[in-house]
Amino acid sequence: MKIVYFAALRREIGVGEEDVSPPPDISTVAQLLDWLKGRSPAHAKALSARRLMAAINQDYAGLGAAVSADDEVAFFPPVTGG
Amino acid sequence: MDAVRLLVAAEDFDPGQEIERLSSGEGQSGAVATFLGLVRGAADGVSAMTLEHYPGMTEKRIAAIVEEARSRWALERVTVIHRVGRLLPGERIVFVGVAGRHRAESLAACEFLIDWLKTRAPFWKMEETAQGERWVEAREEDDKRADRWNRTPL
Repeated sequence: MKIVYFAALRREIGVGEEDVSPPPDISTVAQLLDWLKGRSPAHAKALSARRLMAAINQDYAGLGAAVSADDEVAFFPPVTGG
Repeated sequence: MDAVRLLVAAEDFDPGQEIERLSSGEGQSGAVATFLGLVRGAADGVSAMTLEHYPGMTEKRIAAIVEEARSRWALERVTVIHRVGRLLPGERIVFVGVAGRHRAESLAACEFLIDWLKTRAPFWKMEETAQGERWVEAREEDDKRADRWNRTPL
């Protein structure tokens, strides 16, 4: 599974993307988020941000959305373009 | 000429040329409305701004927002240009332009596009100040403006 981070999250975690192999019981965005927090203290801190957005294969996704091994899952702060 | 022109790039653009392009139809359009966003500088203590985005998703989201606008209003042409990378105060960031039959729909569509672009397209701004770098926080005010157009998820 490919995980990508943007903006403040990318800076705090220190990488823009990483390939991960979560255990098979990780099946939703919320579970993935919790599992990713265990990767490092930086992950734990960055991924505990109050407002976080997620996307699966470049479409916005909620915490309950299903994730699978060949997905690209992105986490980022609320957007500020325009 | 294509009805929709979308561009996400580091390069600057020429607003005059973009307006020219929007207005050079076969006469169906009676109103061109545009929005031009600039980097706000000195007053806010910002010496530069870097725009980061999610390549691929950005283009997809903008295209979806433009399609939403075209489903709501009869628009002949739509142009959305968003710059990325490091920009200095006074530089152009974003251009939204629509050509429609009448002014009301052109003005409404233009405002809708920039409101949704700000709150739904994956861009992030980082400002450079004398105190260091800081990420721009999303503003509740922007969400409220975007929600006025209803809560259809994109």
